[in-house]
Amino acid sequence: MSRAGSLTLATLAKDLRLEWRSKDAINSMLFFALLVVVIFSFSFDPTAEESRHIAGGLVWVAFLFAAVVALNQTWARELHNQVLDAYRVSPAPANALFLAKALGNFIFVSVLEALMTPLFIVFYNLRALGPAYQLPIVAALGTWALVVNGTFFAAMSLRTRSREIMLPLLLFPISIPALLAMVEATTSILTGEYSAKFWLVLLAAYDVLFTMASLLFFETVLHAE
Amino acid sequence: MTAANSESSAANSAVIVVTGLVKQFGRFAALRGVTVEFAPGRLYAILGDNGAGKTTLLRSLAGLTRPTRGSISMLGTKNLRAVCREIGYMAHPSLLYDEMSGMENLRYFARLYGISDARQSGERDSRCAEVITAVKLDPALARPVGQYSQGMRQRMSLARALLNDPKILLLDEPFSNVDVRSARQMAGLLAEMRDSGKTIFVVTHQAPLLDGVADEFVWMEAGQIVSRTRDLKSGEAR
Repeated sequence: MSRAGSLTLATLAKDLRLEWRSKDAINSMLFFALLVVVIFSFSFDPTAEESRHIAGGLVWVAFLFAAVVALNQTWARELHNQVLDAYRVSPAPANALFLAKALGNFIFVSVLEALMTPLFIVFYNLRALGPAYQLPIVAALGTWALVVNGTFFAAMSLRTRSREIMLPLLLFPISIPALLAMVEATTSILTGEYSAKFWLVLLAAYDVLFTMASLLFFETVLHAE
Repeated sequence: MTAANSESSAANSAVIVVTGLVKQFGRFAALRGVTVEFAPGRLYAILGDNGAGKTTLLRSLAGLTRPTRGSISMLGTKNLRAVCREIGYMAHPSLLYDEMSGMENLRYFARLYGISDARQSGERDSRCAEVITAVKLDPALARPVGQYSQGMRQRMSLARALLNDPKILLLDEPFSNVDVRSARQMAGLLAEMRDSGKTIFVVTHQAPLLDGVADEFVWMEAGQIVSRTRDLKSGEAR
């Protein structure tokens, strides 16, 4: 394995270990997502048919909001004791750090989705009328779209005074195309009324584009003052 | 050899050459045109009041702060990233993860410096244990760093800076919150490392600890180096 790959795995393992010990991100994310599901279920009382049309939007908005909680935690532990400076003075490539953080967030948000999806199914009486096997593909592509941009913009807002507010302000507008694709793809699969293929291709293209852009600019962001 | 020749020879072999270094944070100039050369294998104590620019100078040498103007040449290159393997940096905060033990922290940082790969983890562990022992801590201590005393944290932080066996050590307040006995031990360790050929910079407010240990005292004031003295007393008498 290349040095960058090995460092990515080492940093990912370190982050998973820290999260396992502190449970900062996963606990706050789960609690937040659970609140959103419950509040949505009180706000709407849809029939099964209506649920299929709105669930895509509800699910992804809940996951997006919950992901922001985890994304804010991503760099917080690197700022504590200024540990990020230890990385910055080392010869380790910046992209290894970025990829490890993005993969870590991907794992945290995926765990959240795995735990919350059954609740959505129960609360909204959901059943897919389209090709259900495409749902995990939408989830993987959509989650990566959220975390790759989220990790990048969380790093960008690191040195701002109100970084927890800055992150959603930067992340939400740029996530609109991805969010649209996720919602449309999910709705198409749940209703079976149209094909999700176009939205899946759009989501994949979005992922490739923003992953490349983040990798290209992350070193500048990491060493910015 | 004449005194002039000796000076010239020292300048030619300078390990760090700083030329017209200016660092501004907004309208505040933390460094105001610092021009200085440092010879290899010496221990420099950098002294001055709060806000004199000591930490900014150290961070600039570590490559953490980009100069507004001027340049830094280290080990013959102005590309500080190219020589970062040869630099050890200890900041005022510990630069350690509180939730991990000292050994776990150092294992991770050792990988950042490419100190052996996964197949040779024994080599990596022995290097980590070596530096932890060198700062008089126990490598087997399983407690997370967050539960260490402040003095232990400082020593573990020094161990992290020593991990890559750097030629240049940049230490910001290594003795703060360390008891006098441990601080003297640390100063002795720094002297040993200087004798082994390392160039060491220590920013400190506890200059007496380095009296008789440091080769030179570099005095800073308002973002400038105002004098360099061989002993502490003559500098204090300025």
